[in-house]
Amino acid sequence: MSLHIVVCAGIVPDPLQTLEPIAGPNGPALKNEMMLPAVLDPWAASALYEAATLVSKFPGSRLWLVSLGPKAKLQQVMMTIAQKVTFELVAVDSASNGFADASATASALASGIAAIPDLDRTKLLLFGGWESASRGAGVTLQTVGELLGITDQFAGVDQIDMREDGSFEVLERVEGGKHQASVCAGAPAVLGWATGNLPEPHNNPQIGMANMRTVMPALQRAKQAALTNDGQQYLSASLPSQQRQTRVVRDLAPDAIAQELVEWIRTQ
Amino acid sequence: MMPEAILVLTHTDEAGSSLTKSSLETVTAGKTLADRLETPLVIGILATDSNAAAKSLPGLNARILGVSGEAFEKPQYAADVAACEALCNAAQATVILAPQSSRMARVAAGLAHRISGSIDTHITSIQGDEAIEVTRWLYRQRIEATITRSVRPWILLIEGGVCAAYEGHEGEGELEQVAVELPELRTNVIGTRAPAHSGQTIRPDAKMLFVAGAGWTKKQADGQVHAGEAGELILSFLQKTSASLGSSKSLVDQGGDGQPVLPFLSHMNQVGQTGATPRHPKGLATCCHGEEPHVVGWRFITERRAISLDPNCGWARGKADVVYIADAFKVIAKVNELLALKA
Repeated sequence: MSLHIVVCAGIVPDPLQTLEPIAGPNGPALKNEMMLPAVLDPWAASALYEAATLVSKFPGSRLWLVSLGPKAKLQQVMMTIAQKVTFELVAVDSASNGFADASATASALASGIAAIPDLDRTKLLLFGGWESASRGAGVTLQTVGELLGITDQFAGVDQIDMREDGSFEVLERVEGGKHQASVCAGAPAVLGWATGNLPEPHNNPQIGMANMRTVMPALQRAKQAALTNDGQQYLSASLPSQQRQTRVVRDLAPDAIAQELVEWIRTQ
Repeated sequence: MMPEAILVLTHTDEAGSSLTKSSLETVTAGKTLADRLETPLVIGILATDSNAAAKSLPGLNARILGVSGEAFEKPQYAADVAACEALCNAAQATVILAPQSSRMARVAAGLAHRISGSIDTHITSIQGDEAIEVTRWLYRQRIEATITRSVRPWILLIEGGVCAAYEGHEGEGELEQVAVELPELRTNVIGTRAPAHSGQTIRPDAKMLFVAGAGWTKKQADGQVHAGEAGELILSFLQKTSASLGSSKSLVDQGGDGQPVLPFLSHMNQVGQTGATPRHPKGLATCCHGEEPHVVGWRFITERRAISLDPNCGWARGKADVVYIADAFKVIAKVNELLALKA
C-alpha cells in the first residue's frame, strides 16, 4: 500500500508579533505585513509532520506541500520548514492574508493540486490544518475537498491509524474534550488536523539541502492567483480596545490570598 | 433588495432525543434576526428521529423541517452534508444559521460549496439595520472584524454562548419530513473516547477555567522539580471547584521534549494561539509566563485572576483583574484546604 498525501499549509505572521490592522486598497491589511516574520500555519504544520511520518511507514508513498502566499514570504518560511521533513513543494503566488475570502483561496489551492503530475487521486489523503491561525474559519480545506470530489472528510484530527487493507481509523475532536472515533474505507479523504501527537521535528540540514533542489524551482514556477472576495465586505477591522485596571497584589501571605480566592470562587 | 428568508440548522445531542444547547442558542439567534427583519423563520433538524427532537421547540412560530434516519445518529461528513443540503433546498433560505458545533463545523463549508453560497464562521454577533452585519475574530482572537456579504445563500456558524438557549412553552409545531438521497457511506463512526488519564478535565459548561502554565513543572525554590505534587494540587482543585482545565502550549509540549509533565494534560487542554479560546465566567491562571498567545486564550473569560511569581508579567497588566504575586504551590494548597473545609 502506498499513499499520495497532499498537505495544504498557508503561512501566517509569527504568533509573537504584534498585529495591527490598517485600511488597504482592497480592504483591511496588516501594518507592515511584508516585514513581519512568517511561520508555517501551526495546525497545518502538525498535518505536515503527521504526513511525513505516514509516508515514511509506507514505501512508495509521496508527500506534496501545497502552499499559497506571497512568493517572497513562502521562500523565507521554506528555508526553515524544508529542514524538517522531505516533501515536494507546489507554490501558489498570491497576496493572501487572513482577510482574504476562504472560498477563493480554496479554488486556487484545488487548481494547484489538480495540476500535480503523477498524483493518483485513488491514493489521495488531503491534509491541512482544521483552521488557520489567520482567518481561522475552518472553511478552506473542506472546500478544496469538495472541489476535488472527496466526500469523506474529518475535522480536528489528532490521530490516524492506517490498516493493512488501506482503511484507517481516525480520531476527531468533539465537544467536551472527547474524540470521535471513525473508520474510513480508505483514500481519498480529507483530514483537517488539530495538533496531532507528534513534536516538531528538529532541523536536519541534509533534508534541507535535498528539499532545496526542488523547492527553489517550485518557487520560480509558482503561478500567480488573484483572489476574489465572494461578495465579502469588511465594515471594520480593529484591535480589541478593552484594557483592564489590573490590581497587582504584592506582600500578601498565601493564606490571605487563598482566603480571597475562595471567596471569589464562591461568589456567583 | 431581495427579502431575506432565515433557516436555522440544528442537530441532536449524543443521546439523540433533544436538540443540543448550541442548537437552541442558534434558534434564539435565528428568531431574533427573523423578528427584526420581519421575515419567516424555518428550522431544520438533523436527527435519528426529528419528530422527537422537534419537541425541544415548543411555542416557536416557525416552519419546522426534519431529516430522520439511522444515518444521522452519529456525525459524519457524507451523510450530514447531504442532509443539510436537502434541508436548505427545501427551505430556500437566503441566510442559514447553524451552531459552531463540531458536527456543523465539519460540514458547513462543504454545504456552502454545494448550494453555491458563501460562509462565515465563529460569528459572535449579528447586527445591522438594513443589511446583515456580523462580527467575528481574526488572527486567533487578536483582531475583531465586522463583515457583510452580498452573496446568498449566506451560511453563518454562531459561536456558543452568544445567545441564550431557546426556551418555549406551550404549543408544538408540525414537522415536515424532508427526503435525503444518501451517497455510499464509506465512513463508520464507532464511538467517542474520553482521555485516558484521571478522568475528564475539559468541562465547557464549567463556571471557571483553571489555566496551568509551565511554571508548575519548573524547579522550585528548593532547586527541585515537584511535578507530582503539582499534579495532585491541580487535580484536587479541579475536583473541588468543578473547574475546566486549560494549559499553555509550553506545558503541553514539554512531554515531547522529555521534560517533566502533568500526565493528565493533552493538547486538547491547550488554550491560546494553537489551542482553544473557551468561554467561562471566571478564569484563574497559575504559573503562566506572559505572552500575547496566553491572552488570546482568555479573550472570552469574563473575570480573570492570576497567580504569578513575576510582578512584571506582560500578559497580566491590563488583561487580568487581579494578579497575586505569590507561589502558586502554597496558594493552591491553601485554597484546596479551605474548599475542603467549607464543602
